[in-house]
Amino acid sequence: MSGNPMDNEPILVADSVTRRFGGLVAVNSVDFTIPEGSIVSLIGPNGAGKTTFFNVLLGVIDPTAGSVVFRGRRMIARPERIGFESLIWVLPAVLVGLLAALLAEAGIVSGRLLALLGFITLLILIGSLLLGIIRPVWYSKGLERIGIFRSARPNDMVTAGVGRTFQNIRLFHNMTAIENVLVGMHTQLHGNLLEAFLQTPRVKAEEKAAEQRADELLTLVGLRGKGNEAARNLPYGDQRRLEIARALAAEPKLLLLDEPAAGMNPKETLDLVALISRLRNDLGLTILLIEHDMKVVMGISDRVTVLDHGEKIAEGTPDQVRKDPRVIEAYLGAPAA
Amino acid sequence: MTALPATSEAGGARVPMGASLKPLLRLVVPAVFLVGAYAFMGPEQFVNALTRGAIYALIALGYTMVYGIIELINFAHGDMFMMGAFVSLTFLGQILGLTGSITDIARLAPLLVAAFFVSMIVMGAIGVTIERLAYKPLRGAPRLAPLITAIGVSFILQNIVMLKYGPFQTNSPKIFPSFDIVIGSAKIPALSVFIIVVALSMMVALQLFISRTRLGRAMRSTAADRDAAQLMGVNINRTIAITFLIGAALAGAAGVVNGLQYGVSRFDDGFQAGLKAFTAAVLGGIGNTVGAALGGFIIGFIEVGATVMGFSRWGPAIVFGVLVIVLVFRPSGLLGQQLGERA
Amino acid sequence: MSASTAVPSGRFAARRQRLAEVSSRHRSWSIVVGIAIIGAILPVLANIPPFTLATPTNAWMDGFTNAGVWVLLAIGLNLVVGVAGLLDLGYAAFFAIGAYTYAYVASPFGNSILGIEFVTKVSPDLSGLVFWPMLLVGALVAGMFGILLGAPTLRLRGDYLAIVTLGFGEIVPIVFLNSDAVTNGTNGVGGLARPALPIIGSFSALNPWPYYISMLVLVAVVMMLAYRLVESRLGRAWEAIREDELAAAASGINTVTAKLLAFALGASTAGIAGVFNASKLVTVSPDQFTFIVSFTVLAMVVLGGMGNFWGVAVGAFVIYTINNVLLKVLNQFFDAVSFPILKDIDFIQLQFLLYGLALVAMMLLRPEGLFPNSRRQRELHTQVLEPGADELTTAEATTEEGQR
Repeated sequence: MSGNPMDNEPILVADSVTRRFGGLVAVNSVDFTIPEGSIVSLIGPNGAGKTTFFNVLLGVIDPTAGSVVFRGRRMIARPERIGFESLIWVLPAVLVGLLAALLAEAGIVSGRLLALLGFITLLILIGSLLLGIIRPVWYSKGLERIGIFRSARPNDMVTAGVGRTFQNIRLFHNMTAIENVLVGMHTQLHGNLLEAFLQTPRVKAEEKAAEQRADELLTLVGLRGKGNEAARNLPYGDQRRLEIARALAAEPKLLLLDEPAAGMNPKETLDLVALISRLRNDLGLTILLIEHDMKVVMGISDRVTVLDHGEKIAEGTPDQVRKDPRVIEAYLGAPAA
Repeated sequence: MTALPATSEAGGARVPMGASLKPLLRLVVPAVFLVGAYAFMGPEQFVNALTRGAIYALIALGYTMVYGIIELINFAHGDMFMMGAFVSLTFLGQILGLTGSITDIARLAPLLVAAFFVSMIVMGAIGVTIERLAYKPLRGAPRLAPLITAIGVSFILQNIVMLKYGPFQTNSPKIFPSFDIVIGSAKIPALSVFIIVVALSMMVALQLFISRTRLGRAMRSTAADRDAAQLMGVNINRTIAITFLIGAALAGAAGVVNGLQYGVSRFDDGFQAGLKAFTAAVLGGIGNTVGAALGGFIIGFIEVGATVMGFSRWGPAIVFGVLVIVLVFRPSGLLGQQLGERA
Repeated sequence: MSASTAVPSGRFAARRQRLAEVSSRHRSWSIVVGIAIIGAILPVLANIPPFTLATPTNAWMDGFTNAGVWVLLAIGLNLVVGVAGLLDLGYAAFFAIGAYTYAYVASPFGNSILGIEFVTKVSPDLSGLVFWPMLLVGALVAGMFGILLGAPTLRLRGDYLAIVTLGFGEIVPIVFLNSDAVTNGTNGVGGLARPALPIIGSFSALNPWPYYISMLVLVAVVMMLAYRLVESRLGRAWEAIREDELAAAASGINTVTAKLLAFALGASTAGIAGVFNASKLVTVSPDQFTFIVSFTVLAMVVLGGMGNFWGVAVGAFVIYTINNVLLKVLNQFFDAVSFPILKDIDFIQLQFLLYGLALVAMMLLRPEGLFPNSRRQRELHTQVLEPGADELTTAEATTEEGQR
């Protein structure tokens, strides 16, 4: 951690992101960059569009305009010509099918060969449909080259290296703490269907290692020994920590925390701030914090961005932002100092 | 069918060029479709398609309204249509003892009004009762629970009717006299005209109700955001009940119309009709009442078109194919919004 | 792992607890042992009164094998409905696809369509051998159709799957019915080869034992695979999706792929059941695969307890037996004693009304089924935690606002 992290290369760049809901402009042309290894915060009063912006960054909702680039790759933008993509799923199979029909009509193929052609058509259709669902990177890039663009889905963002927590805790309540973390590890594990059926030594070893790693993560966030408790039975503060552990399980580069201190008491908040600094300093994570409460972010942020009515009204170091008259006005008596 | 890809491009509102063409396309595409269909099928089948479409549209409205408001595919809705037909045939045939057509307009008119009235009231009441007993307790339960309940209710309704009327077709008195209105060389059954007029006026009335009245506003706001609507003082339970009432009453009306047109009903009529009507609702953009009506007519045309081409046995398969194609290419339907629908 | 809720104290309960623990540690063995024990008890029951009074022993054995087909179907549907939380209302379609797949390979008619001779009149024993690989082929073909149907649908919101499968279940028999030239229409395909094994030769309709044993093995294998699956990484993903789809996606799970996998595997299981059933009936026709089949299997899964494979297996067995034995016996009994009212009721006709009532009652009163999966039970009884104003639904609600 040498020098000012704000001078590092950006890991994420949001370029004039806009999202409208009907007539309402929830986020209006917001530019936003996150330098690698920094802790940046996004604050603003209730209804400022923070969560909408957040959801756009994570691929939960599409932007109306603008784009998000993560580690050099355009991940999120307004969908372009996605109608044509469905055509791509169907067209190869239809063409082969038509060809087979024509050949059969002309009497060139029949019987066994025709059946084989029909089967191939079916396989092509299945293959292209699966491609559209699994959506490997090369497929998305290929589509982009011919002008079809579809934003990354939340799971694609995780694969790319973005982890997140939710404002209103969304754990798998009926699972135990360790199972929650194991679910978070999904992208890190590779056991496939056949291995699961056969219980191969490899998959057994992988599961065992995963459980160990999950234990480590629980320890990291301060939940040592609580692995076998049902998530729903954990106290509120622990549930927040568990969510962080679950997000960490996917080994993200960038961690997005949506109001992590909401509903916490001062002591829990303090612990949380310490944990967040540790995640950056020890694990080298880049962190974006969304907060309603200014006090939480002032101590740890390298930079604070203020959103109001969907627009960016201020950006700078915590001190600069604290003194900005527009920010004070936006918060209007809220604890701005 | 031919109208499908064209409209989907126009409705997408993505290409700047489309913005100026859109209103024009909205008029041209349906016009071309109708003229083409007329030329292809001839006047009789054209009217036949409209008649069938009207029935599907009436049923589809119930699906789309209920889905719009509580996001439930009410599988029992098709059976409401079937029961509506049985209520009507019981009322006209067994209670009033009618069998054939009635040519005296002074007698016919009140009977028709009474048939619609009785069937719509009875079905509306049944619809509300089902909602109260079977769906309301499950509001907030996992999504699967009300769906399974709905399929259970569907089976209950079918089997109650089967136990009462038997597994075979029951005759329904065709009280409407069968005479044709002759326009040029085309002969159009008066009954078809009557059915289309009745269905369209019900749809217009529904549209006015939804857009103009307080209750209609309550329905729209509940559909958009139930919690917010509740905070604004909308009585959610009553609004949902009214949605079921209207949906079921429209299905009841469709049942009466079906009886007048085809003269027979069977306990499992609702299954196929429900499937087609649901397809209509999805085709139009589920949650959108105008879309449901539009979808209903399109399905009517597709089905009759298939018959004209000699594929009548494949009717259900073709409609199902349409459903899958719509879901692949335009899951939000013809009149639905495309932005925000994520893969 | 098993954080069980309020276990009643006492020696019996403690023993049950221990049994549960042992069985979850040695899952595969406990399944084999369990099915072996059940498989041994059933023939004994079929040989003693009062059971012999209702139906002869061989008919019982035959019935048990048929019940096994339904057990397979219920296990497969449970993977879709109970584990992944997807409502499949056209399950019979995949059953049909499996059955017809076998018919094409194992009948002279089917062979003439395919243009390849798999079965020969010369040696029926040899022809029957094709049954064993066909179990796998049937599973593959049905699974392929599962992907074909699920891929476009599962990208969308969950409810669409229900109606699309309902439609598919309706269409598949219609297609088999209408394509006379290649399916022989209403009459279906007959003269299928019965399974055969090298030493004992071809199975026969007179001896129910070979079918019975094969079915036991099949059920044990399928059950074992099902358990291994739900206890793997994929099983965890399904569970996560069922609980909270957005949180699952935010954990990196490709929710569509995971759902599609469950759907396709469910279809495959139905395909296996279809192959077996066809080999036993020796004929397939469209009317074997109506909506009634899908609905019955759904009722079995819901009554047995969604998510619990043993539960749905027992549910399927009990419902099948009630349908095919008890209701007939009731009819005969009340006819014989001329009991007023009851003698006029055809209990078999009532069956589907009862299913309907049972589904509604179960959902309202005991959504976890008769033999619940403990975690599923907790889940189904948490109505407070239901995300009402969560991010995803608000996002969706807002986009929908524009639609009306």
